[in-house]
Amino acid sequence: MDVTIRVKRFDPEVADPQSYWQEFTVSIEDNGTVLDALIKIREDNDGAFSLRCSCRSSICGSCAVRINGHAGLACKTQAATAIKDGVITVEPMGNMPVIKDLVVNFDSFWDKIMEVEPYLKPEGPEPEAEYIASNESMLHLSDVTSCIMCGSCVSDCTVLEVDPSFLGPAALAKAYRFTADPRDGNEKGVSKDRLEELTKPSGMWDCTRCMECVQACPKGVAPMDRIMALRDQAMEAGFTNTNGARHTEAFSDSVGHSGWLDELRLVPKSVGMTNVTALLGYAPIAIQALTHGKMPPIIHKKLPDAKNVKKIFDKVEKPMERD
Amino acid sequence: MLEHDVLVIGAGLAGMRAAIAARASGATTAIISKVHPVRSHSNAAQGGINAALTDRGDEWEDHAYDTVKGSDFLGDQDAIEVMCKAAGQALIDMEHFGVTFNRDDEGRLGTRAFGGQRRARTFFVGDFTGQALLHVMFEQLIKSGVRRYEEWFVSSLIIEEGKVCGVMALEIRTGQLYAIRAKTVIFCTGGFGRVFEPSTNALICTGDGTALAYNAGAELMDMEMVQYHPTTLAGSGVLISEAARGEGAYLLDKDGNRFMEKYAPNMMELASRDVVSRAEQTEINAGNGVDGCVFLDCRHLGEALIMEKLSQIREIGIDLVGHDMIKEPIPIRPGMHYAMGGIRTNIDGQTNLEGVYAAGECACVSVHGGNRLGANSLLDTIVFGERSGKHAAEASRDSEYVEFNVDEAVRKEEKRIQGFLDRPQNGDRIASVRLAMGESMNRNLAVYRNEEGMKASLSELKDIEKRYETVPVDNKGKLFNTDLIFALELGFMLDCATPIVMSALDRQDSRGAQARTDYPDRDDENWMKHLVIKRGASGPELSYAPVSITQWTPEERKY
Repeated sequence: MDVTIRVKRFDPEVADPQSYWQEFTVSIEDNGTVLDALIKIREDNDGAFSLRCSCRSSICGSCAVRINGHAGLACKTQAATAIKDGVITVEPMGNMPVIKDLVVNFDSFWDKIMEVEPYLKPEGPEPEAEYIASNESMLHLSDVTSCIMCGSCVSDCTVLEVDPSFLGPAALAKAYRFTADPRDGNEKGVSKDRLEELTKPSGMWDCTRCMECVQACPKGVAPMDRIMALRDQAMEAGFTNTNGARHTEAFSDSVGHSGWLDELRLVPKSVGMTNVTALLGYAPIAIQALTHGKMPPIIHKKLPDAKNVKKIFDKVEKPMERD
Repeated sequence: MLEHDVLVIGAGLAGMRAAIAARASGATTAIISKVHPVRSHSNAAQGGINAALTDRGDEWEDHAYDTVKGSDFLGDQDAIEVMCKAAGQALIDMEHFGVTFNRDDEGRLGTRAFGGQRRARTFFVGDFTGQALLHVMFEQLIKSGVRRYEEWFVSSLIIEEGKVCGVMALEIRTGQLYAIRAKTVIFCTGGFGRVFEPSTNALICTGDGTALAYNAGAELMDMEMVQYHPTTLAGSGVLISEAARGEGAYLLDKDGNRFMEKYAPNMMELASRDVVSRAEQTEINAGNGVDGCVFLDCRHLGEALIMEKLSQIREIGIDLVGHDMIKEPIPIRPGMHYAMGGIRTNIDGQTNLEGVYAAGECACVSVHGGNRLGANSLLDTIVFGERSGKHAAEASRDSEYVEFNVDEAVRKEEKRIQGFLDRPQNGDRIASVRLAMGESMNRNLAVYRNEEGMKASLSELKDIEKRYETVPVDNKGKLFNTDLIFALELGFMLDCATPIVMSALDRQDSRGAQARTDYPDRDDENWMKHLVIKRGASGPELSYAPVSITQWTPEERKY
């Protein structure tokens, strides 16, 4: 099968380096992958074309690139399914600077992994034999430890795009792998220090739940779901004095009580009623809303069917208590 | 000047374990790897890690016997005893480090059955045990304070009067060449799988350490013993774990018959790998396969078990050949997988060169002999990685750096590398030369071998080595020049290829992974010995070494 592949090139060693597009047509097996096509370019057309790749079976995490605009593993993507309008478009991952062609600089990625102190920290004495733990708890963790650190989630994270200080989906999922481990933290398996650290700015509360990381992850780790689970753990451990935690509680209080969101009171409840500086920061948005006729009503009325909403809340919260 | 008491080359499981152990013993330690540690090929070990835990009624002697038998009695029994005795603690250490092993109903570590073993003693994390272990080992490496040179390529080993001085290494990101001094060097560079095409091995498995050590005068051993894994996927040849058969999958011919009945009536699909691969190849040769493959059938295991324990290989089948193992058998065939042979070491990882150590797949202790049991490779990396790291740390405590002319070493290596870049563009391409080598090896040194074929490969390799001398390097730049790295790696692979063929030709019997149609029987009288190969003044020199036998007398092998 012949495939046409359009790759973004970058040579850092020319004067005034600029990225540019180059198109190649290569011949691969019918069920060949995008990686097969990229390797063909390197082997037959241009040995100077650089990319990282190694295992060819979705386990080493080397070959993550953007294929038709979305991050994923080149070795896990069948070329035939990736052809759009006759061509496969491949470019380096986002949110990390390009070194050469498809090779990006992972320094910021690893720095953030290091920030979450990525190793088990049991507080009690080690048992002589293995820790006793349920198979379910280990299977649950294995869904997260199957992360291969390929960078796809970080590449497509929309928060990192505007705020490079955000810990990001990979590091937060890695952190969850420890906070959810019954062996980490105190004798009950609660990792209080970790959770406290992660509730700080740039941590778990900065995710905007855009789902891009869930979509991009080639291993089903679903980083965003892990970040949401971190939030639950943090609130359960008593770390409720954060914008994020207050926002969550204000949101659910309002909807649970009146059946719909009291937008006007959501802001002061989230940032803190006495936090004048932060509240003043919202003034321009409030004025804009007012001038555009989008000011929420001053008096927030209960919906007629609010009772039914309350019933839904009761139902949802019950199994959570059991946890 | 960069200098370290212990310098570990390669950051897979063996390398990281060695570095952590050396650091814990107080040595200044660094680890250097051409890829980031978590990209290492230990990742690809799927099925599990063996250990006999006494608290559940298993005995290390039973594990050792299964390993000895699996090796077709070529494994050194003293080394096998060391490995199997240490297995329990190594496993518990990994659990304490944080590995998320699957559990049994009581919350203890769970086991699965694996090939060539009489009881289930393979501990596992789904079907990605290697990845789970590798990432946890990296976590411990971070914690240990070992200096890491990530994406640095070791291009040569510096030896003065038989003693190690250090290495020359290229920082891939900048293209800058450095001399790194070391009192001791531990090679943990993995296998040389890419010498064969196809192979289950990652593209980085190019035998770098094996070649560097060999070229510096180290002895290689058991190089003829190359494992063909029974279940590699049609097409690309990537690995489908033995865990599938461990969980109960069948091997079927084109008519749906479980042909293993004919070859291993007791163990069936769970006979040792060499036995199963030969059975498959015999069936395929007899016309009982389809397109050079037989089939792995998991359907009867059920969706729930496959999703819990074999989900990643199911994905690979869907991604690469479009078959869902829940619904249909997948086409598989024997494929090159593992090097039992490598740099000859003692049980502390020491080689015949002072200060040079080796551990993991690049080493030959020899615990695998003629054929490695599934799930013994992860164990090998951890046990002998740790032992090498400890020993090297102790050795470096009482020794000084060996002096050498650093400027001259850098100049010489820069000139050699510039020589690659300065080549004219008219030679054969790197990829075509590598393919010629890989296909020749796979044609004549696969499951079945004979003198005629191997001699053909030997002469083809001579021609290929000539072509190698003029392969052009397209990329003339310095930054992330992978083209240059491939050229250097191809040289390493060729350095490994000839010792493999020469050893295989010399051994005139069939044992373990070596099955010769012209010498079909095991001949203990003449060939119960290791083949050792060393680079001499006028080419490779072969010699023999005795096999250590402690408590298990060689006998006929039946499964």
